Amino acid sequence: MPERPKLAVMKFASCDGCQLALLDLEDELMTIARAVQISHFAEASSHLSPGPYDLTLVEGSITTPEDRHRLLKLRADSKYLVTIGACATAGGIQALRNFADHDEFMRAVYARPDYIETLATSTPVAAHVKVDFELRGCPIDKYQLLEVIGSLLAGHRPRTSTESVCQACKRRGTVCVVVAQNLPCLGPVTHSGCGAICPAYDRGCYGCFGPTVQPNTRALSDQVLLPRMASDQAALALHGINAYAPEFARGGQRLWQLAGLPKPLHPSLETSLDASLAASSATEPASS
Amino acid sequence: MSVNPSDRSIRVPILTRVEGEGSLVVKLRGRTVQDVQLVIFEPPRLFESLLRGRPYSDVADITARICGICPIAYQMTAVQALEAAFQTQVPGEIRALRRLMYCGEWIESHTLHVHLLQAPDLFDLHSGIELAERFPDVVKRGLRQKKLGNALLEALGGRAIHPVNLAVGGFYRLPKVAELAKLIPEFEWGLEAALETVRWVASLPLPEFDRPYDYVAIKHPDEYAIIEGDVVCSDGLRIKHTDYEAHFEEIQVPHSTALQSRRIPSGAAYFVGPLARVNVSRDQMAEPARRIADEIGWQTPCYNPFHGIVARCLEVVHAFAEGLDLLRSYRGGTLSRQKLQVRAGTGCAVTEAPRGLIYHRYEVADDGSIQLAKIVPPTSQNQAQIEADLRVLLERRMDESDAVIAVECEKLIRNYDPCISCSTHFLKLRIERE
Repeated sequence: MPERPKLAVMKFASCDGCQLALLDLEDELMTIARAVQISHFAEASSHLSPGPYDLTLVEGSITTPEDRHRLLKLRADSKYLVTIGACATAGGIQALRNFADHDEFMRAVYARPDYIETLATSTPVAAHVKVDFELRGCPIDKYQLLEVIGSLLAGHRPRTSTESVCQACKRRGTVCVVVAQNLPCLGPVTHSGCGAICPAYDRGCYGCFGPTVQPNTRALSDQVLLPRMASDQAALALHGINAYAPEFARGGQRLWQLAGLPKPLHPSLETSLDASLAASSATEPASS
Repeated sequence: MSVNPSDRSIRVPILTRVEGEGSLVVKLRGRTVQDVQLVIFEPPRLFESLLRGRPYSDVADITARICGICPIAYQMTAVQALEAAFQTQVPGEIRALRRLMYCGEWIESHTLHVHLLQAPDLFDLHSGIELAERFPDVVKRGLRQKKLGNALLEALGGRAIHPVNLAVGGFYRLPKVAELAKLIPEFEWGLEAALETVRWVASLPLPEFDRPYDYVAIKHPDEYAIIEGDVVCSDGLRIKHTDYEAHFEEIQVPHSTALQSRRIPSGAAYFVGPLARVNVSRDQMAEPARRIADEIGWQTPCYNPFHGIVARCLEVVHAFAEGLDLLRSYRGGTLSRQKLQVRAGTGCAVTEAPRGLIYHRYEVADDGSIQLAKIVPPTSQNQAQIEADLRVLLERRMDESDAVIAVECEKLIRNYDPCISCSTHFLKLRIERE
């Protein structure tokens, strides 16, 4: 029997929720454990093996100099590197610091900020190393994770939908909360994968899966958000869980500008965000 | 510089089977424990800062992201603190659904810890997967219970990790009767399975380790306290939850990105979590939990942290039993959310996260935006107690090899089910002997 592929699960700045999705595959967990060799998964096993790994799942964003170094080494050790979740893919909720005064943020939490070494920014994994596949969501959907593991082990690209939440919402049979309840909703610009949960619970989508492919955040802002909320509140809606995802970052900044409260990005990030934006606008929406 | 022949230096990488990452530094000189530092260096995510200026309705969604294992603890404490700020009380049926929801999180989190994180230690195994090779039926039974906790969270919250349905004033939408009714037969199975799990755990040899603890938990006159109550300590202290900050304070230590809690004025460490709760309120547990505790002859007060696994399993029984009652009595409702009078004010709340007492306080401006947030998670509170326990363990087992000591330290830490993501972080174990 050939040696089983080696799986690693690595954590950076995050809540552990996306790696928990793996342990939440209660019915499939033991099958996965037979199909792969779990080489490094600190939350689940005290048996930790050094690389190389065949498949590395990365949770969390990069917020310290040490984590950046750890990530570079990890990339060199990994055949496939897949980011799981909004932190690893877009910087996470903690990327709100990218639009704020980081020193002031630190002082508000710690009496002695000087004890702690941290970067002024929270950035996605792809800002530092090549990423083979990005799995969206805060948290990721566990069945999409199963698809990613299965596909990469079988040697093909994972098939996950890139449609917007709206399409999933229609299929779920939910009456549109924008039309029927006059609620603001990020569904039209948000990547699907959650199953369109929020509208089914009588609330607007808050964008936890991040921007879909080629989202029209400007039209969403002008036609869906601004008629229903003040511009600063609309800015906060885009600057939420995926604040540093390129389209939400720039879309939110435009709304902050409209509100007369400009939120400049940390200067070190301007160029790389524009590059990500250019790259993602070149991506074709997947045909359904 | 001369090296004392009794000086030893030990390094053990990454504390495992805990949520989040951190490290432990132990300094020994000869037979003296010089220093024990639970080094939490999970990079800070600065939640208390990023909440400021955001609408009150964002708080539950954002604080959930502190911890993927216990999002309900954060959401529930946040919405209740904000309801206090707006002087709003939720009706009884909403309160009952919230208790039910919290039962789901206890089941999910506790069964994860028992089967995949802690029990492997009792057989010197590395993981729940190895444990499953040895005890396939036990682990299968445990995972099915865990799945039921998640199923309940999905029914009430839309999804198990970072649920979307809890709102300030109630829920965004009440569950349909059928959505909950379908869980009743499953929970009937779960209750029986949880009892079997207690019997299994009772048959295992748990290490001896007795310490004089100050157990701190919330206590309620009419129920096993989960979502509200006074703050009590096993030494007799009983205070209103609104006085929490007069009796417990957080301090910053250089070796940790998590703040550490101490009692005021003594500066003493204290212990929160399932073992604290069961010690404080055993007589208020659901009848099946009390009965099985008697059946296995489990004595309280119990001051052995290794019995945390028993307390956790008893709480799973409680959560299935109470959950079953609440599922059976649910008749649906008309009002999902209480209308709020948004106003400037301050509100705080305490609840019992799976890992122990959690405290939130918010100051809100008259437009409903957050001015100040204070969040005290359970692991910050247990941190000083963990360090104190490690000192005792080291003194008792000094003569053993570094490798053995390191493993035993990890096991001791794991009793507390520390959630390092919550408290902020990155556990490597390093022992320095001078």
